[in-house]
Amino acid sequence: MTARIAYCTDMEKSVLANNFEKRGWFQVSPDDEWYFYWAGAQTCRSLFSVDSGYRMNDNQMINHFPTHYELTRKDLLVKNIKRYRRELEREGSTLAARDATGRYIHLDFLPTTFMLPADYNLFVEEFRRNPNTTWILKPAGRSQGVGIFLVNKLAQIKKWSRDTKSSFNPTLVKDTYVISRYIENPLLIGGKKFDLRMYVLVTSYRPLKAYMYKQGFCRFCTVRYDTSGQELDNMFVHLTNVSIQKHGASISHPSPHPYSPQEEYNSVHGGKWPVRTLRLYLEGTRGKSRTDRLFSDITWLVVHSLRAVAPIMASDRHCFECYGYDIIIDDQLKPWMIEVNASPSMTSTTANDRILKYKLVDDIISIVLPPDGVPNVHWNKIPSPDKFGDFELLLDEEVYQNSDHHHQHTSGHRGGGKTSDRHSAPRWK
Amino acid sequence: MLRQELGTNITAIVNRLASELQNTPFYPDFLADVQTTMATQNFSKERFGTECYEWAQGTSLDTKLRNALYHLMHVQPTLLANPDTPRQVLKEPLTYIRKAQSSWERRLVKCVNSMASELAMPLARRRTKQEREELAERWADLSTDETDLTMIRPVYAPKDFLEVLASLRNPNYDESVEENLWGSIQLPLKVNDIKGLVELYGELACCCKHTGLDESVVGEYKVNLTLADERLLLGQKVVERNHGPLSRELIKSGCPTSLRGVLWHQVLGLEITDKHCKYFEELVKAVNQHELLVDKLIMKDIQLTASNDDQYFVFEDILFQVLLCFFRDTEVLSHFEHSSASPPLAVARGNTPTPDNLVAYPPCGVIPFHGFTMYAAPLSCLYEDPVHFYFTFREMYCRYWYRLHIVTSHTQGAVGLALQFELLLQSCETRLWQHCTTMNIQLLPIVFKWIVRGFSGYLVPDQLFHLWDVILAWESLEVLPVLALAVVSFRRENLMDVTSQTAAEAVLADITAMRVIPLLKLALATDRTRDREG
Repeated sequence: MTARIAYCTDMEKSVLANNFEKRGWFQVSPDDEWYFYWAGAQTCRSLFSVDSGYRMNDNQMINHFPTHYELTRKDLLVKNIKRYRRELEREGSTLAARDATGRYIHLDFLPTTFMLPADYNLFVEEFRRNPNTTWILKPAGRSQGVGIFLVNKLAQIKKWSRDTKSSFNPTLVKDTYVISRYIENPLLIGGKKFDLRMYVLVTSYRPLKAYMYKQGFCRFCTVRYDTSGQELDNMFVHLTNVSIQKHGASISHPSPHPYSPQEEYNSVHGGKWPVRTLRLYLEGTRGKSRTDRLFSDITWLVVHSLRAVAPIMASDRHCFECYGYDIIIDDQLKPWMIEVNASPSMTSTTANDRILKYKLVDDIISIVLPPDGVPNVHWNKIPSPDKFGDFELLLDEEVYQNSDHHHQHTSGHRGGGKTSDRHSAPRWK
Repeated sequence: MLRQELGTNITAIVNRLASELQNTPFYPDFLADVQTTMATQNFSKERFGTECYEWAQGTSLDTKLRNALYHLMHVQPTLLANPDTPRQVLKEPLTYIRKAQSSWERRLVKCVNSMASELAMPLARRRTKQEREELAERWADLSTDETDLTMIRPVYAPKDFLEVLASLRNPNYDESVEENLWGSIQLPLKVNDIKGLVELYGELACCCKHTGLDESVVGEYKVNLTLADERLLLGQKVVERNHGPLSRELIKSGCPTSLRGVLWHQVLGLEITDKHCKYFEELVKAVNQHELLVDKLIMKDIQLTASNDDQYFVFEDILFQVLLCFFRDTEVLSHFEHSSASPPLAVARGNTPTPDNLVAYPPCGVIPFHGFTMYAAPLSCLYEDPVHFYFTFREMYCRYWYRLHIVTSHTQGAVGLALQFELLLQSCETRLWQHCTTMNIQLLPIVFKWIVRGFSGYLVPDQLFHLWDVILAWESLEVLPVLALAVVSFRRENLMDVTSQTAAEAVLADITAMRVIPLLKLALATDRTRDREG
């Protein structure tokens, strides 16, 4: 802890700078000799690219995995999860069990999704089967709600494909789009829709080592959710992304629309509600067992998504990464994974936000640094539990393999009885 | 309190309780149940009374009757007083306190009236048809209402009320002869000292298996369960019994989160039926019919408090509904029977004021102040249904919260609690008190706002619920100054370093990280004398 580390960052964020400063580290430029680099995903990618010719030494550490897009690009994520399901099914794993209607019991955490234009025909087929569903269309590689829109008629998607004709030619396409079934029965609290942001830290993919942050938060729409579904053009109701909520007033057209955003973005709470209060509310109103089940499902959702990408991820020992998971809970208290961000915003919108993110970065650094405080690729990345801070160990395959010789991937979890629970994850909870 | 007020005239009291019970909404339903049950039993005609009585022991009818009586005595403690006592003495025995309260009321009424004339708004007005339709449409999202509230100012804030309390003097008290009071509250009221409080909250001080300490430790009786799981199982059994006093006992050692809603109802004697739903509907209609000036006050208060609170902003729409209804609910007036306060009266336009055509304004008789919303806000984390939410809030207000903003000599009134805090500070934190006195730092104004709001908005909801559990379980607000003292003790070292009022305020500005039960135990620990010297 006492080591003075040369760090480097390409982000001017106070929560980062304050953390490095508190640890007595000093900043150097990327061209100097650095030990710890907190970089944007783009910077990191170019650093790892073949062209850069940069080779990291054993005492360097960076906050992204070179191939994080396997998890964070919506199209690749969908592909990886579909493959993961198929593999489990081929192995005959109980995890891949399906119910009477053909739905996966344990692996159905991603809304039905297709890639456009590649899966266009598949999508049309699915749409014709369930004509009364709403779909959400997102560019695969963008974040913060850019370029997202909703459709509930096939004509709309046809028109869109005509308008973007040139780019719809698979060979010319720049942006792949993903189209997913829109969660039409979201859980509403106080009549408002929200999504859940959970932070997950991965320090290694092979063996998989992951941690979940206890202080997640719910992001609320500032406008009330209209269940009649006629307000498709008002994106604010549907997207709970803070980047969008913040610009709500400026994008909206000044129409006499009854649901146009009238409230200002609140600078005190920023529409963010602590996950701890969510839990209290759900336990009080829905009971303990349903609430416990929801949170354990969320844990499993994260684990499955990480296991799905672990085999193909470049598990570079210099790397660690903190992901922002966006999750929507439906009114049956089932969590749905919406997307994963590799560079969760380090901008603080409110005082509480600043405290949370400062602590988050502090806890991340505590976990990823070896006991002597100097980055070292030869360290086994097993920190002592007093370094966890507000993180909880989700999974450490190495510790787990060493402690349990009956290691079985295939043991079922939910409803599979207490013994199989213990088998598949002895260190959880 | 109940015991000492029981006069010699037991029979008269019993008769009064019986007749009062017959006036409650509980009675007709109960009578019908009794008649149905009796008709199905074969009792002999001669011994009917005795047989009935023997048969009923331990049945659910018996429990219902006991619950009803239990709650009646708690809601209207004055029923137990000597029947010869004049009403105003029952409300408030001390003349000078009575006077102070009525002059405080006059001040509030004047303030509301001048606001009405300033804004050129009537106190109440019938909505036009179009307005009624618009309101009905917007009922579910009143927070998006565009009414301009910039001109509206809260009638008063806890700080203003504290000034009034600090200015109170007992005209019969000779300061030159009697022992001096050193704090800002100068009334020689009898309040519990630390010894009395330790005795009162003894179980809390001693119990080390409280769910507010650590839920994940092993259970008290079953070592294979965690404390949380064990309490949940126990709690489910208690809930089934539906017996108020039993539920109260359970809550004393911590309330399982998932059962809190129903346990609180049992402790408060609430059973939400269709009647409640209909009554609430009527209140909603009343909101729709008339617009009141106090609506603006409470809407402004919601905006200033809950809408800006990172824990409760989610529920602002429900708060609008519940609070707008509350101010029209004339059943709230019944709490004035045992309060030193009286409802402000107004006369309908066009009428000449005679004692007969005066009505309470607002209809519930309570004028909102800055922070009033916070009595209701936490309950939104407990009840999804506005009807359940509403009646819980109303019951808690009429039992406890009303005392926090009236002038009364009651030990649980604002002035009693403020005095209790100051005396606790002097006796338990003497060094700190001395330091503050030397530096001219006043801690009471800082903690008074916590006390007046029952700490709502200052603690995170799960911790606040532990505190409110204690209030309900011991049926007393005296825990509020104890917690205030504990928080101050907890920050003692930081406070010992400050030399100005602003710095002290900064030390105590954010208490959201506080954990209620450990702090209360700390404050009530009997061997604290040693700590203090050390």
